[in-house]
Amino acid sequence: MRAFTYQRAASPQEAALAAAGTDHARFIAGGTNLLDLMKIEVETPTHLIDVNGLGLDTIEATDDGGLRIGALVRNTDLAADHRVRRDYGVLTRALVAGASGQLRNKATTGGNLLQRTRCPYFQDTNMPCNKRQPGAGCAAREGASRQLAIIGASEHCIATHPSDMAVALRVLDARVETIDGQGRTRHISLADFHVLPGETPHIESVLEKGELITAVTLPAPPGGRHFYHKVRDRSSYAFALVSVALVLRADGSGRVALGGVAPKPWRDERAEAALPRGAGAVIERLLDGARPTQENRFKVTLAERTLAAVLAEAKE
Amino acid sequence: MRFDQPADPNAADQGRVLGRPHARIDGPLKTTGTAPYAYERHDVAVGQLVGYPVVSAIAKGRIKAMDTRAAEAAPGVVAVITTLDREPLPKARMNVVHLFGGRDIQHYHQAIAVVVAETFEQARAAAALVRTDYHQDPDARFDLAAERRAHQDDEVEPASRVGDFDSAFQAAPVKLDATYSTPGQCHAQMEPHASIAQWKDGTLTLWTANQMVAWSRKALAKAFDLPLEKVRLDSPYIGGGFGAKLFLRADAVLAAVAARATGRPVKVALPRPMIANNATHRGLTIQRLRIGANEDGRITAIGHDNTTNTPPGGGGEEATIPTEHFYAGANRLLVHRPLEMHLPESNAMRAPGDTAGQMALEVAMDEMAEKLHMDPVAFRVLNDTQVDPGNPERRFSQRHFVECLERGAREFGWSKRNRTPGGRRDGVWLVGHGMAGAYRGSPAQASGARVTLKPDARVRVETDMTDIGTGSYTIIAQTAAEMLGVPLEAVQVSLGDSDSPVSAGSGGQWGAASATAGVYAACLALRERIAERLGAEPGDLAFEDGQVRHGGETTPLAGIGGDGDLVAEDRIEFGDFRDKDYVLATFASHFVEVGVHAYTGEIRVRRMLAVCDAGRILNPITARSQVIGGMTMGVGAALMEELKVDTRYGFFATHDLASYEVPVHADIGEQQVIFLDGEDPCSSPLKAKGVGELGICGVSAAVANAVYNATGVRVRDYPITLDKFLDRLPRPA
Ligand SMILES: Cc1cc2nc3c(=O)[nH]c(=O)nc-3n(C[C@H](O)[C@H](O)[C@H](O)COP(=O)(O)OP(=O)(O)OC[C@H]3O[C@@H](n4cnc5c(N)ncnc54)[C@H](O)[C@@H]3O)c2cc1C
Ligand code: SF4
Repeated sequence: MRAFTYQRAASPQEAALAAAGTDHARFIAGGTNLLDLMKIEVETPTHLIDVNGLGLDTIEATDDGGLRIGALVRNTDLAADHRVRRDYGVLTRALVAGASGQLRNKATTGGNLLQRTRCPYFQDTNMPCNKRQPGAGCAAREGASRQLAIIGASEHCIATHPSDMAVALRVLDARVETIDGQGRTRHISLADFHVLPGETPHIESVLEKGELITAVTLPAPPGGRHFYHKVRDRSSYAFALVSVALVLRADGSGRVALGGVAPKPWRDERAEAALPRGAGAVIERLLDGARPTQENRFKVTLAERTLAAVLAEAKE
Repeated sequence: MRFDQPADPNAADQGRVLGRPHARIDGPLKTTGTAPYAYERHDVAVGQLVGYPVVSAIAKGRIKAMDTRAAEAAPGVVAVITTLDREPLPKARMNVVHLFGGRDIQHYHQAIAVVVAETFEQARAAAALVRTDYHQDPDARFDLAAERRAHQDDEVEPASRVGDFDSAFQAAPVKLDATYSTPGQCHAQMEPHASIAQWKDGTLTLWTANQMVAWSRKALAKAFDLPLEKVRLDSPYIGGGFGAKLFLRADAVLAAVAARATGRPVKVALPRPMIANNATHRGLTIQRLRIGANEDGRITAIGHDNTTNTPPGGGGEEATIPTEHFYAGANRLLVHRPLEMHLPESNAMRAPGDTAGQMALEVAMDEMAEKLHMDPVAFRVLNDTQVDPGNPERRFSQRHFVECLERGAREFGWSKRNRTPGGRRDGVWLVGHGMAGAYRGSPAQASGARVTLKPDARVRVETDMTDIGTGSYTIIAQTAAEMLGVPLEAVQVSLGDSDSPVSAGSGGQWGAASATAGVYAACLALRERIAERLGAEPGDLAFEDGQVRHGGETTPLAGIGGDGDLVAEDRIEFGDFRDKDYVLATFASHFVEVGVHAYTGEIRVRRMLAVCDAGRILNPITARSQVIGGMTMGVGAALMEELKVDTRYGFFATHDLASYEVPVHADIGEQQVIFLDGEDPCSSPLKAKGVGELGICGVSAAVANAVYNATGVRVRDYPITLDKFLDRLPRPA
């Protein structure tokens, strides 16, 4: 871990301003991802701006019947909020399927969205990785790629976004609220928030330098029944091989997003139209154009079977 | 004391303390975080510096140059010592690769420097500033399957040959020929390798976490060219070992090198991401099993051909071991092919040879039973043997394997098992049942102890034996309490100090039986001392309730030695009758129920049962903990643990505890352990054997067989993850 300077900002705008004006600065929220990566020098910020204590840790009802979740709301608190449990069950289920109790106590809403990939080569600084070092090459494509993306990736990077929470937020049509150093705010649909790697896998979101996430907003509850099925190699404390977030309405229509398959939560509203025809039809559309590696080809089948499992459960 | 013939009834048989379920006497220290583990021994030496390892970025080649200037100039740095500063440190026979010194790189993450600073953070930051130029050697081999193809037909001297395997297998009416693979596995012990070293007046002291104090003392003396008396090791508490800490490792030599260079005590721990590649692992195996049997199920031919990785000079994972003695059969052929490769060092991990070997053998037995249309329990019962199949003169000293099988089948409800693979559903879960046998040899090693009777009748036991979480403290205290007739609380046990008598150490599941035998010997010596005091014959004394009875008189132990201590020391040495006349081994049966999600292939172990035959159980609580720990590790080996090899770069890519998955609580359902009553007089004066390694043997195969039973799909490549069978898993109707 490199030496760094540390600053406690007095307001969100001040934090954003400081980050915009300082090279190699990072916000620190729960620190559960950032600090781990700093210890192995995958992240090497020289300045940390602490965004705890700025009043961004509340969940409030919005005028349009939705919720505004502060960026610093802990994963544990978000999962336990009675409104979330009642109206956005898929979010609670996704959150508690992630990490461990201790980590969720620290992990924040904003930090979770911006957590980095678990690609093993990204985490080993001896290995070529375009995401860590643009132009270095991608060791994963022909290496240990079992956990990695089958769709939305590029020849430059096949990393997945590992978050469970984000998959649920995606089916809930969440929006990300930000502020910059000038005090300007933006509302970015989660669909547009993460960007695909293309030739620039080191760019993972549309955030500008210094831009701070202040909240995530949810529109009015979508109704329907909520499911989150996460498939992994052990029962807990592991990242998804594939996960399915589903909101299913009584008429058989609904929304589906997949985790563990792409560099962002993977959803295609057109594929959802096929829901009444079953899992096969949805996945065919949703994973159209998938380019798996030898090691992760199974994810195509697994995604389809996991959605089928959830649809079967919904029928019970 | 020599143990040259089977034990007679003796003073350890009384069952007052030994054999009783006592909670660990070191438990409170551990649960309150006050047991002094190596890295936290801040009080043993003043002015401790912190060393952080620098490790190789390549797997094979030479270092051209190292630039340490930036590291040396970094804040707090006291010294940077590189591998180029010295010749390779002489290594002990037990170590395969070099630990430090010289330009040659033998494996990924080999230690190449240590950065020493005032604080951990300073050392770590500076370590990242060391720049190294390598010359990579393109002639490197990392792919076991490819190496096996290249060497499949090499003539090798069989590890064991009995009768004429080829003809018998040819002629057998029922045959199985199947190949299984097991991946590299990481000990993943909770406490990382850690040491504090100090040089003072020519003596090197190492506070460390090491299973084999005497071996490692010797290894350290050799590395630094010191007489043995100038080296002291202290390893009282060890946060898990599983074989990872049998030998000297890089933490110890880096700490010692750095302490010498700086003239101050230095502590070094291996950071978790370095452990998988820097330290040792259970080697990978590819195993071909051939079994031939008559229609009635009797095995006529059994062949086991094992290929495994090792660095040049090592032995790899000897997976053929169980097949030598486990089942009957007149014609046998065992072939072991350690192929020299350039992955990190494969070496001992919990039940080396047997764990990986039974992962294959016990699935092969299941497949064979199916071919014979036999119950796999009955098939094993039929092929039980009470003698060494290669040398019928040698009997098993005790072998209650059939009882393990039959008792297990009864307790588990085997008769109610699913009989049609893939045929039982419970909601979305396919339910399957599987079983396996387990076998592990029961060796013993010479072991010494010193026992002191204090004037207040407290007893102190000193031995360099270690407790790696196994319960050694407790069973040693129980032994002394039993032998001297004092309450358990009156016994204080000091372990892991090389100043104490040399013990068997913790390895090869010999620790419990050997170390308690050493304590028994020392207690007998103390009883003689006491008899002298009383002017009586030792044999006429009875030790009970803190008193000695002799003739009609009763003398309290307190004050029997006047105001001073009564001290006695002895050592047990095991005669070769154990191996010449007998085969000593432990046995178990494992029964497992799994659920496999009919859609996704997720596997959940629902319940497990082990029935163990392991001589006298010295303490049912600590023994049970050993076995359920082994069962848990067996689930890991069956379903998730894999050091994933990158065959291009030659390293284990899953080198942290997020990617090297071991079971979590939620993975383990109900676990039941039954110990058969048994005392094996051939094993030790206490008639005890080991259980720590027995606990993992056979478990993974039982899980694998249950998965097959649930799904109807056989996976012969561990770990059994859903990607290996999902395309063959029938879709739910
Ligand atoms: C062992 C382990 C297992 C895990 N398992 C799972 C799992 O199964 N599923 C899962 O979903 N997650 C899992 N996680 C990841 C965990 O969810 C994330 O580490 C956590 O959500 C990150 O939140 P944080 O607040 O700690 O972020 P930090 O580490 O503080 O920050 C992460 C990144 O976000 C940036 N950032 C933080 N807040 C803001 C903000 N308000 N605006 C702009 N940028 C910001 C930081 O600068 C940093 O780059 C696991 C983590 C670990 C260590
Ligand atoms: S997949 Fe992406 S993160 Fe992984 S090595 Fe390739 S570029 Fe790096």
